[in-house]
Amino acid sequence: MGVKVSMTVNGKQVSSEVEERTLLVTLIREQLRLTGTHVGCDTAQCGACTIAMNGKAVKSCSMLAMQAEGADIMTIEGVAKPDGTLHPMQAAFKENHGLQCGFCTPGMVMNAIDFAKRHPNASEQEVREALDGNLCRCTGYHNIVKSIMAGSKAMAAGK
Amino acid sequence: MHAFKYLRASSANDAAAAVAKNSEARYLAGGQSLVQAMKLRLSSPTDLIDLGAIKDLTGIKVDGSGVTIGAMTRHADVAGSADVKKAIPALAALAGMVGDRQVRNMGTLGGSLANSDPAADYPAAVLGLGATINTNKRKIAADDFFKGLFETALQPAELITSVTFPAAKRAAYVKFKNQASRFAIVGVFVADTGSGVRVAVTGAGPCAFRSKELEAALSKSFTVEAAAAVKVPDKGMNSDLHASAEYRAHLVTVMAKRAVQAALG
Amino acid sequence: MAMGAPLIGTSVLRKEDYRFLTGAGQYTDDISLPGQTYAVFVRSPHAHANIKSIKKDQALKKPGVLAVFTGEDLAAAKVGGLPCGWLITDVNGQPMKEPPHPCLAQGKARYVGDQVAVVIAESLHAARDGADAVQVDYEPLPSVVDTASAGKKGAPQLHENAPDNTCYVWAIGDKAAVDKAFAGAAHVTRLDLVNNRLIPNAIEPRAATGAYSRAEEAYTLYVSNQNPHVERLLMTAFVLGLPEHKVRVVAPDVGGGFGSKIYLYPEDVVVTWAAKQINRPVKWTADRSESFVSDAHGRDHVTIAELAMDKDGKFLAMRVHTTANIGAYLSTFAAAVPTILYATLLAGQYTTPLIYCEVTAVFSNTAPVDAYRGAGRPEATYVVERLVETAAREMKLDPAEIRRRNFIRSFPYQTPVALMYDTGDYDATLDGALKLADVAGYGKRKEDSIKRGKLRGLGYAAYIEACGIAPSAVAGSLGARAGLFEAGEVRVHPTGSVTVFTGSHSHGQGHETTFAQVVADRLGMAIENVDIVHGDTSKVLFGMGTYGSRSLAVGGTAIVMALDKIIAKGKKIAAHLLEASESDIEYDRGVFKVAGTDKQKMFGEVAFAAYVPHNYPHDKLEPGLNENAFYDPSNFTFPAGTYVCEVEVDPDTGKVTVDRFTAVDDFGKIVNPMIVEGQVHGGLTQGIGQALIEGCVYDKDSGQLLTGSFMDYSIPRADDVPSYKVDTRETPCTHNPLGVKGCGEAGAIGAPAALMNAITDALGVKDLPMPATPQTVWKALRAKKAA
Repeated sequence: MGVKVSMTVNGKQVSSEVEERTLLVTLIREQLRLTGTHVGCDTAQCGACTIAMNGKAVKSCSMLAMQAEGADIMTIEGVAKPDGTLHPMQAAFKENHGLQCGFCTPGMVMNAIDFAKRHPNASEQEVREALDGNLCRCTGYHNIVKSIMAGSKAMAAGK
Repeated sequence: MHAFKYLRASSANDAAAAVAKNSEARYLAGGQSLVQAMKLRLSSPTDLIDLGAIKDLTGIKVDGSGVTIGAMTRHADVAGSADVKKAIPALAALAGMVGDRQVRNMGTLGGSLANSDPAADYPAAVLGLGATINTNKRKIAADDFFKGLFETALQPAELITSVTFPAAKRAAYVKFKNQASRFAIVGVFVADTGSGVRVAVTGAGPCAFRSKELEAALSKSFTVEAAAAVKVPDKGMNSDLHASAEYRAHLVTVMAKRAVQAALG
Repeated sequence: MAMGAPLIGTSVLRKEDYRFLTGAGQYTDDISLPGQTYAVFVRSPHAHANIKSIKKDQALKKPGVLAVFTGEDLAAAKVGGLPCGWLITDVNGQPMKEPPHPCLAQGKARYVGDQVAVVIAESLHAARDGADAVQVDYEPLPSVVDTASAGKKGAPQLHENAPDNTCYVWAIGDKAAVDKAFAGAAHVTRLDLVNNRLIPNAIEPRAATGAYSRAEEAYTLYVSNQNPHVERLLMTAFVLGLPEHKVRVVAPDVGGGFGSKIYLYPEDVVVTWAAKQINRPVKWTADRSESFVSDAHGRDHVTIAELAMDKDGKFLAMRVHTTANIGAYLSTFAAAVPTILYATLLAGQYTTPLIYCEVTAVFSNTAPVDAYRGAGRPEATYVVERLVETAAREMKLDPAEIRRRNFIRSFPYQTPVALMYDTGDYDATLDGALKLADVAGYGKRKEDSIKRGKLRGLGYAAYIEACGIAPSAVAGSLGARAGLFEAGEVRVHPTGSVTVFTGSHSHGQGHETTFAQVVADRLGMAIENVDIVHGDTSKVLFGMGTYGSRSLAVGGTAIVMALDKIIAKGKKIAAHLLEASESDIEYDRGVFKVAGTDKQKMFGEVAFAAYVPHNYPHDKLEPGLNENAFYDPSNFTFPAGTYVCEVEVDPDTGKVTVDRFTAVDDFGKIVNPMIVEGQVHGGLTQGIGQALIEGCVYDKDSGQLLTGSFMDYSIPRADDVPSYKVDTRETPCTHNPLGVKGCGEAGAIGAPAALMNAITDALGVKDLPMPATPQTVWKALRAKKAA
């Protein structure tokens, strides 16, 4: 037990004492008790652990907590408005049935928001390719793709 | 993951000094390969020296002859750089094909090269363009850098600081992905440098290599037909569950054809 | 005032989504109990080995390690082995071989990943360090992993009491009559088929946390599971010998199941038992690589299939020999999958009058194999629909036409393989699919492909499945050791809102919405006033859980029956309040009325009267408004449909692109079309995965799992599949009140055959193994060129 790490998580300053080998996802889930960020694999492929670090989607299972020192982290818990209103991307997932069991969903949404910010008018094929790092076993992706296209539009329209 | 000591280095010199002290210490770049390996207990360094805070190691500089990219520059930044897209579009395109979006936001050029995964993308660009790997000690020509499976010319504690890619007249990279890992089963980088044609292959051998057969044919005639006529020998090629050596050799020709086509625009 | 438009048949957005979208879902690993410890299992690195000794002392010395348990400890504590829930009787009248399935290996490890010991520690890191320090002295033995070889004389033997590794040889049908029909047939089509082994890979890995309370002398198990009551029954009655009322099993939010979380697994037992030993909660969550080796796998059949026809392509008889690999031990439903859930579906949608199927189930040094999405029915559909399409090609008949010539059109229909189809309209789904897929425009698309140097192929599959396995008495006579009913409870609160408890379990299917639609509709109330509760044995009265696309047809019907009791009791109360005869009371969407008058009481008023029974018929009726029902169906349901797949193949690389996929299904009545479509999309993608991408490979010599992570075993990604065209036709099920059939598995059942029919069409080859990876396709093309 040995090192201190500080970062901003969902707008709050957080300082934690961790073992050096602590993964960022472990810090988020076990210490901060933000359990919406999930772990679905151990080879960095499923993307269920995706969070935003300094505004970019990254896999929190593939980095040490120490690598996030000083960073601005957003997890799925920080995406909706403080009053509970869903972010347009979350709302699009609901309206388009873009989730079933819900386990991959936080990672999907976190990646989708980052992608939509950078590619507001992406084609269906581009959306599918952007999901290279996110696995879903339930939906067959059809409705996830629909959701992301609708969510991108809503984000661009400033909803 | 086994326990280790962590150090956040503030300069390349500090980092190199720290690694030099201990033969079991490793640099931590983006961590997209190393952290994975440590999680599965396939790699167990005693000390990790994190390069993430060293500002000098990040950035993209363009001059008349090419592009120099800092070792800690993320794949996404290379892929999205207007400068790189203009100077060497094939390099930006390749950076945009590494891993997935999230991996590209963390993974670094230097990390990828130092790891020298046999199926990584960047080695194909480095070798295909004839880049120079700049370290804290020297400059290493691409042709001298890749030595074998996860093996490079880097000496213990030697740190890649940047890579200089000369611009090419025309170039392209095409890869055929492993269905599962999405690493390259075969990736081919073709570059018509103006003073010759270089063809680098990744995924097919223990490390990236140049195909003499394809270079000879394409130097004579930089056409799809010339690439198609080359039968690449399968001797020494990787063979695994997903692709036999024979299939890989075949794919080298197919990907080379497609790369030439893409380079010709 | 009666409520608005009916909800059944409308795409109500899901009630459960908000929590999943905001990260508020509670999956097993998300639940932390005070004082919890962490378990890591030591697993065999060998496919087959004698365990000569296990030394715990180094592990126990590691900081934070609290305990190490082995098979010997479990045996000493009289913890039993895992039971199999279905007994198959051999062709010789003997019961199948049921070797012991210890929760921690005893004396021998029988597959890579077989659990040998468990280490419990203060932290996960400490438990891992401890597990690395457990010293197991293995004596490796020769192993066999291959389905076709495992049952051969001389193969390495797994179990003492199962000679030739054979669990059973089972058969159905009149062999002599079938052989005779083949002898007189104008044409016989034969295929040698392998149904590839799959690894289910729900994205939430399995997880289990056991806890014990000395104060209550009771256990709680949180587990990622599809049927908590069955888990509890099997664990208490057969393994731990505990009274059921002292064990609570909670299956909270579950991140996908697909069959793999039906079963009672050794880890579930061990954490429950160990929690009492160390008097602290014990938590275990699988790593993905652990899931790969230890989850029950699916499929894995080797089959010789033959179809006999007359000169016009009319099917005369079918003959099928299958060897099914069931892995190292019998998992919970393993015995039923390649028999009762497979051979009984071989009639498909056709009038084939004679069918004979013989199945040999073999043990091998691999992970146990059990039900995975479709469970037996995808294997049957693959046999039937690959045969039918191949027959059409051999007889130069249009593949749609050969199907039409053989469709069943008169219902109910008794097949020669035990099932009685209640209803269906196979022409409707076939015609619908051909139209939606624009088969008429295929020729032009093929020309376009050829111009671009690509190959194009078209394939069909007209599948049938049997869902909601039932009735219990029949299943019992076929070897089921459990009931196959479902339970539901409707609790009306004094102010008229409703909580419904169901024995079905939702792990993605959206029951919290679909079931609420049924309830709100039936009672005529706003859906916001209905909550569905599932997944906790301390709340739900009983349950058989969710598998086999049974939830709405069986679990939904139990709820409807309880609702009918609520309405019946409500009528009695209303009659009293309205001073009318009970027989004159009508219930219509939230209102109890005296027929032909304007006298009425709202549902809420009646509920209030039941709980504040001041003016109440106490002489005839108990207070309260709370009813439950158990429903045991009289028959299976029979969803069916036609899938049309169009592929494009790159001959240079062998890569197959699924260009178009069309599905027209008959699921009977549909409650929520949006959810049903989502189920179809997911099923199709798993089916496409099987045909194109997924294949579990064990090394034949070492028995190592070569596809042990997502680096080597792929499940479909977004850019592997197309957007789908799906539609439905509706012949309501005749024997449940909702007229529903089930939709969860159809896609996975029909897709592989459609896809392989399309690929073989594109390549112009008779057969091709699944998965049709680029290398496999490239090799097939090269072999064809050479020939």
